[in-house]
Amino acid sequence: MDGLTPDLLVLQLFTGLALGAIYVLLALGMSLLFGMLTVVNFAHGAFYMLGAYAGLVLLGMGFNFWACLIIAPIIVGSLGMLCERFLIRHLYGRGIDYPLLLTFGLSYVLVELVRIFFGTSGYPVDTPDILQGASDIWIGYFPTYRLFVIGVAVVVLTALWLFLERTPYGLIIRAGARDPQIVRILGIDVARVWLVVFGIGTGLAALAGLLAAPLQGTSPEMGSTILAESFVVTVVGGMGSLVGAVVAGLLVGVVVAMTSLFAPEMAQVAIFALMAVVLLVRPQGFFGRAGLMS
Amino acid sequence: METTKKAAVTRRAILAAGSVLAMPGILRAQTADTIKIGFPVPLTGPYGTEAKDQVACAQIAIAEFNAAGGLGGRMAELLVRDDRLDPGEAATRTIELIEKDHANFIVGSLSAAVQLAVNNVAKQRGIIYNSISQSDQIAALPDWSKTTFHEAMTPHLTAGAVGRYAFSHYGKKVVFLQADYAYGHEMVDGFKAVGQSMGIEVLADLRHPLGATDFSTLLPRIQSLKPDILVLANFGRDQQISIKQATDFGLKKTTKIVAPILLYTSRIAAGEKAFEGVVGGSSYYWGIEATTPSAKALNDKYRAANEGRVPSDYGALGYAGVRSLLDAAKRAGSVETDKVIAALEGAKYDSYKGPQEFRACDHQSVQSVLIIESKSGGSSPYDVFNVIGTEAANADNLLSCKDEGHV
Repeated sequence: MDGLTPDLLVLQLFTGLALGAIYVLLALGMSLLFGMLTVVNFAHGAFYMLGAYAGLVLLGMGFNFWACLIIAPIIVGSLGMLCERFLIRHLYGRGIDYPLLLTFGLSYVLVELVRIFFGTSGYPVDTPDILQGASDIWIGYFPTYRLFVIGVAVVVLTALWLFLERTPYGLIIRAGARDPQIVRILGIDVARVWLVVFGIGTGLAALAGLLAAPLQGTSPEMGSTILAESFVVTVVGGMGSLVGAVVAGLLVGVVVAMTSLFAPEMAQVAIFALMAVVLLVRPQGFFGRAGLMS
Repeated sequence: METTKKAAVTRRAILAAGSVLAMPGILRAQTADTIKIGFPVPLTGPYGTEAKDQVACAQIAIAEFNAAGGLGGRMAELLVRDDRLDPGEAATRTIELIEKDHANFIVGSLSAAVQLAVNNVAKQRGIIYNSISQSDQIAALPDWSKTTFHEAMTPHLTAGAVGRYAFSHYGKKVVFLQADYAYGHEMVDGFKAVGQSMGIEVLADLRHPLGATDFSTLLPRIQSLKPDILVLANFGRDQQISIKQATDFGLKKTTKIVAPILLYTSRIAAGEKAFEGVVGGSSYYWGIEATTPSAKALNDKYRAANEGRVPSDYGALGYAGVRSLLDAAKRAGSVETDKVIAALEGAKYDSYKGPQEFRACDHQSVQSVLIIESKSGGSSPYDVFNVIGTEAANADNLLSCKDEGHV
């Protein structure tokens, strides 16, 4: 392994963190839905993909990229709320596999619909002009757009944390997750809380998809690979734990980056090896509560 | 309403009666068996766009044949089936095409593994199969049989041509990044074969899984090696994404990106910014019509049938694959397997890209390879490549029949 300089190692570490940022955004929504609603959302990858396509349509209508970053998650989040209201809501309290199977089926329907309306071949999404090219970050050059993605992830994380921890509505959401019955007795419409949570979760997935679009273009299947990866992140971090999603997301990114450096063909396997090790040592994940899945 | 319908029927009846009187041949044509060409292609799945274009082009070959009177009045018909890019599915569809629909010939498929499955079914039943996608194996034993023909280029030929051009124009320090399956391996073998004789230095040979969506973790390492050339031996969406991300990392400033095959459809899907300056090989580009009359003829017919668009590289192979067989059937005056094989072996033809020849020993089409470079700011949405080199048809650039196991 010649040419392995400290600079390259640091740059590689940074690449891993940037990759982790997208995992974090996706796993965050997934973990939110599980932690609050005990729904394992297998359609999360499909909502991620819808976010990219919503952005594509909006860009085509003349909106700029910044507006899309706001509007696309709102559109997809609303669609997520419709799915919650008319499909998933009926399955609450029926055991974890019911909503799992439903969302699994839902993901096929959504992907097929996109294939029908947008074709199978996928579209390119240009990086916004101001974020094109590479920036000097002392240790080397790094794509400006990936720096921006890290920035967005930090902003979203902070906003979500403030919302959940520092607002009255956040308090209701947290209380609803802990004990929905008591919250209901206190005269709060828990169904509406869950609706909002589902909207936020799917909106976050859409934001991640839209952010990924300039990196890899859009395709109807773009959500399926990343769904598996972010599911691993959620499991490693602890199902339902937001802190866990962040830590595990960044860790998985770094693990992929470091394996790529020494044994590129092992990078994909490394993710699952990490999950296997964590499950053996700590079955509930880094920050998960034991027994939540049972 | 009733009267117009009646009038139409009467008019048709008169026309029919008239044509029967004028040309008794046509009446025979309608009663005789049609020539059926089974066409299994992956209409659904990642190569759906290319497959649909193959169908559009194949239909042109059928229409030409029928307009020219068919085979002594026998018309041709294309039976399109979706193989879903799956060898098992393709084999089932091909069996149905032969046993149930009584297809006379099979043309099609768009992947190395799928074409081998189709070939296997066709050869067991003694039906001629003309393959229209890349493979080294199909022209070699044990897969090859006397009913096997290969209209497309081989990885050995393609990578060889692109390698000869790239290593002499852009430098000798090379990094390979290959998709970890047959296509990537065969292409990189082809590059290394010519590279050895040209004295290239392989700085790294990296592999990524098929269907990867992020290459960012590989790029800093590649960048630090400072290669003259980065060869991306991957296909379809893998190719689009890896080229785009390499561009984002600023790799193009120091390194020439080279792909064994640069797809017209991929370039259209990925946009001009990402692909700008990327060099690769191609079996066909519509732009050669300026110097190649047969290309102009195909393009014009395609434009007329498809709102002014132009045929893609793999699409055009759909045309050539069907036309080669129909032309041979005409020369043989029959659709009998042995007679058509005899008419195809050693046949010289120019159906869409200049002179070609079916090499007698392995039924591989000896053909030219285009070296193309992606450009931006073309004069039309279809104007996406410059042809920067053409390696003329030359059997010496193929694997020899001896190497393929033929005696």
